[in-house]
Amino acid sequence: MAAPALILFGLFAGLPLLGVVALSFTSWDGLGTPSWTGLDNWRAAVTDPVTRDAVWLTVKLTLFCFLFQAPVSLLLGVFMAGRQRYRALLSVLYFLPLLFSSAGVALSFQALVDPNFGAGTALGVPALAQDWLGDPDLALYCVVFVIGWSFIPFHSLLYQAGVRQIPQSLYEAARIDGAGTWVQFRRITLPQLKYTMVTSSTLLIVGSLTYFDLIFVLTGGGPADATRVLPLDMYLTGFRSHDMGKASVIAIVLAAVGLTAALGLNRLSGASRMESQTEGA
Amino acid sequence: MTSATKRSRNPLGGRNVPGGLAGWLWLAVIVLPVYYIVVTSLRPREDYFTENPLSLPSAPTLDAYGRVLENDFARYFLNSVLVTAGSVVVTLAVSLMAAYVVVRSRTRFAGNLLRLVLLGIAIPIQAAIIPVYYLIVELGLYDTLLAIALPSIAFAIPITVLILVNFLRDVPGELFESMRLDGAGEWRMLGSLVLPLCRPALVAVAVYDALQVWNGFLFPLILTQSEETRVLPLSLWTFEGEFTADVPAVLAAVVLSVIPVLAAYAVARRHLVSGLTAGFGK
Repeated sequence: MAAPALILFGLFAGLPLLGVVALSFTSWDGLGTPSWTGLDNWRAAVTDPVTRDAVWLTVKLTLFCFLFQAPVSLLLGVFMAGRQRYRALLSVLYFLPLLFSSAGVALSFQALVDPNFGAGTALGVPALAQDWLGDPDLALYCVVFVIGWSFIPFHSLLYQAGVRQIPQSLYEAARIDGAGTWVQFRRITLPQLKYTMVTSSTLLIVGSLTYFDLIFVLTGGGPADATRVLPLDMYLTGFRSHDMGKASVIAIVLAAVGLTAALGLNRLSGASRMESQTEGA
Repeated sequence: MTSATKRSRNPLGGRNVPGGLAGWLWLAVIVLPVYYIVVTSLRPREDYFTENPLSLPSAPTLDAYGRVLENDFARYFLNSVLVTAGSVVVTLAVSLMAAYVVVRSRTRFAGNLLRLVLLGIAIPIQAAIIPVYYLIVELGLYDTLLAIALPSIAFAIPITVLILVNFLRDVPGELFESMRLDGAGEWRMLGSLVLPLCRPALVAVAVYDALQVWNGFLFPLILTQSEETRVLPLSLWTFEGEFTADVPAVLAAVVLSVIPVLAAYAVARRHLVSGLTAGFGK
């Protein structure tokens, strides 16, 4: 009975993962037949300055995304977990970005930050009406912000669910001991959210390493490759420059980094919880 | 901080100053772009260049929506519906069967199956896209709706199986045993026990899968090219090229593409929220 799922998953997800390794040793333009070239692509990718920049940019993007999204999501999640009516209402609105497709978000922000007709011009403050996406020094920060706009709602939902699972008795005991709100937050909320933090961080980091849709539509990797992170570098190398072999090398790096980050963080958290559940079944 | 008081009997007790500050600030961050999208989509094309971008349109009009609908929007919409519905139905069917096997059979095979599934969740789509493209071309499926659906299903299976497995685990084994004693075969168990029991989990995960496919961009971008097979997210991107300097139309298209999801959100907010956090939310 598991066969249909296995076949579909194996054919269109498992097999391609092996296939990408094989393709990385070939030269293929995407149309003809791949021909064996050994380690050529790997050498080319390692020495390519564009790809090297892409690696560095990806690290930067991941770091900025984490520094922006993690604290805001935690703060909002704790806030949203409150049972007050107005907080429930705000939570409904916070959810809105999750309904948009990445393409839709990207197009909207393109218009929104347009230096001539965008929202920056509405307030008459010149500092807001900059060419956010056209300036190589600003584009990456703009991308980080737009990514945060679309994904913070998801992470704050995780934190909201996490906070609501903390046993109320812990707080009652703390209050009897005379602990203030800050101490309660430090000593109860934060430690109790450990698993949530690991889950959210893992998804955040793996996500940052693989964002494609949003950046592709928002900047296309530009201006002057200023936002050409690894997934974009892979796409542009493979499907625009028709060098599928080299693109496969980049794809392998992506898969490896993503899998390592996921496994590493899982181990850190002792999230063998999944395993132990299996044992108990 | 507030977590202490938020569920206490005193509803006014929750003082969380940084949280509150962040909360209201974030509301502005979320609402401003959404407001901008809506008012701009209602603005006449000429006024876009002259009016204050954040003001209410002085002469609101649905013309931009008209220009989008004239542009074969209905076809892209239908394509999206077909791909999403097909992918979700197949994903749920095959994943439910696999989850049943994982939970019910105690063989090593079932354990390994689960481990494979867990590994599958971490595979980024980007890493597999080049071989998927090769495969789809070789199968003669390039530029068909099936080309989008098949890999979408494959990448949705791991998370779907995981969520269903977590749910099915909590079903008491005695239920299965008593049905087996009544002489029920595997298929009957699946149909008349597992399926009804799993309904809440199925709805949540269906919503999650549907949102992923509906908003998916990479598979359509790489595996299709003609207008006949274009789906909504891709059409937004191509609209941008076709409607140069017609920002109201582009944003009207964005609004139109969100409306079905917004309707689903209004009707089944709880399912959508639990669907999105299902599997991660614990």
